[in-house]
Amino acid sequence: MADLLPEHPDFLWRNPDPKPSYDAVIIGGGGHGLATAYFLASRHGMTNIAVLERGWLAGGNMARNTAIIRSNYLWDESAAIYEHSLKLWEQLPEELEYDFLFSQRGVLNLAHTLGDVRESVRRVNANVLNGVDAEWVTPEQVKELCPIINIGDDIRYPVMGATYQARAGIAKHDHVAWAFARKCDELGVDIIQNCEVTGFLKDGNRVTGVETSRGTIHAGKVGLCGAGHSSVLAELAGFRLPIQSHPLQALVSELHEPVHPTVVMSNHVHVYVSQAHKGELVMGAGVDAYNGYGQRGAFHVIEEQMAAAVELFPIFTRAHVLRTWGGIVDVTLDASPVVSKSPVDQLYVNCGWGTGGFKGTPSAGYTFAHTIANDEAHPLNEPFSLERFETGVLIDEHGAAAVAH
Amino acid sequence: MLLIECPNCGPRDETEYHYGGEAHVPYPEDPSQLSDKEWAEYLFYRSNPKGLLAERWAHTTGCRRWFNVLRDTVTYEIKAVYAIGEPRPALQADPPQHPRGGTR
Repeated sequence: MADLLPEHPDFLWRNPDPKPSYDAVIIGGGGHGLATAYFLASRHGMTNIAVLERGWLAGGNMARNTAIIRSNYLWDESAAIYEHSLKLWEQLPEELEYDFLFSQRGVLNLAHTLGDVRESVRRVNANVLNGVDAEWVTPEQVKELCPIINIGDDIRYPVMGATYQARAGIAKHDHVAWAFARKCDELGVDIIQNCEVTGFLKDGNRVTGVETSRGTIHAGKVGLCGAGHSSVLAELAGFRLPIQSHPLQALVSELHEPVHPTVVMSNHVHVYVSQAHKGELVMGAGVDAYNGYGQRGAFHVIEEQMAAAVELFPIFTRAHVLRTWGGIVDVTLDASPVVSKSPVDQLYVNCGWGTGGFKGTPSAGYTFAHTIANDEAHPLNEPFSLERFETGVLIDEHGAAAVAH
Repeated sequence: MLLIECPNCGPRDETEYHYGGEAHVPYPEDPSQLSDKEWAEYLFYRSNPKGLLAERWAHTTGCRRWFNVLRDTVTYEIKAVYAIGEPRPALQADPPQHPRGGTR
């Protein structure tokens, strides 16, 4: 029977057994881990490295996000790292030789109150000063950019305008992971799936390898890209991280004709919506309040986001929820990521991207690879160190980053 | 949605409550003596276990009282509800359903 089937398509990466030793191992085979490995290999010449993934490649948050990419953050440090990320997104399809459907269809962040309007205009001005494309648009301009939106004043929170970033957009998240994985593989990186890290080897305060479900692997350097499981990994390595893991849910409708040409986010009524290339309406909201590793959340969170979506987009009334799911997001107290050295020598940590990790994938990989290769932060991630929680130089994007966390 | 047993009002939906994060984090006895590192610990570092977590909830739409809950952060099952000031009950987390982990 099998010989009647067409040949299996080419595999995009090998599935090697782990070698006894590498120059570096990256824990976590999601977007950030793969991007880190890619930049280690392509920019720093470190090709004797491995990515260890406890499940399957890009099966965690990389498979569960809503694929939004933007860089319109308020604070200088955030604007710098996310804008760098957006510029990498613009060059990566060519560099990785993979069309992962990066679509710069623009992102609208709606304002529904006078407070929103003031915060939005302030953020637009901050963005422009930081070289990030941003503009304030009126409700009528919002309607031009997204004709299906209701800008009437007959709803509880009318649209009073929006910030608009034209270079923002979406990408096909799983293709992004495959694009990085294929290039990593070409450069000699071992991608090892079904390989769960169960402990760390140390010589004094220096990490020398990891214990895994597939045996002991020695490593000169170790990078954590464990997202929601970062605290679990850090505990195995003997230190704590200032993060809390929460469920974050998203959902899609059935397939529709193209009706939604851009990305609409609303902090105040709390929903964000785009339409995937194949036609699903993709929506997300905020995290569930409690700590959770269950990759699922409560239905009332979905109910609230659907209520907001239907009020903003009356034509969604007849759409159906096809599928809902949850991921585990690692949230810091200032809602900014950690890309940093750790208390253990040669062990580095990339975590705390919370609800915004997908858009940061290229920059996370780029700066984390620099940090691992040089044992020193890149200027872009220097402010995102663990030390900031001691010095008090926080990057408080809670409520400033155009969406609540 | 969680069904949480308020010690004063009985079982109510999660939407009636406010989450308060990790329980049993005492205010420093002598704040002026803390180093920056110790302040960071107190302000920003909280346990984030995959398994049992002792946490605070407030019944904000009911009796408006705070209480403690021992909850499994994987199954979300509530193992115990106890008063503020009481010690954490000695319970063990359930063994993981899928010891190999994986993304399920």
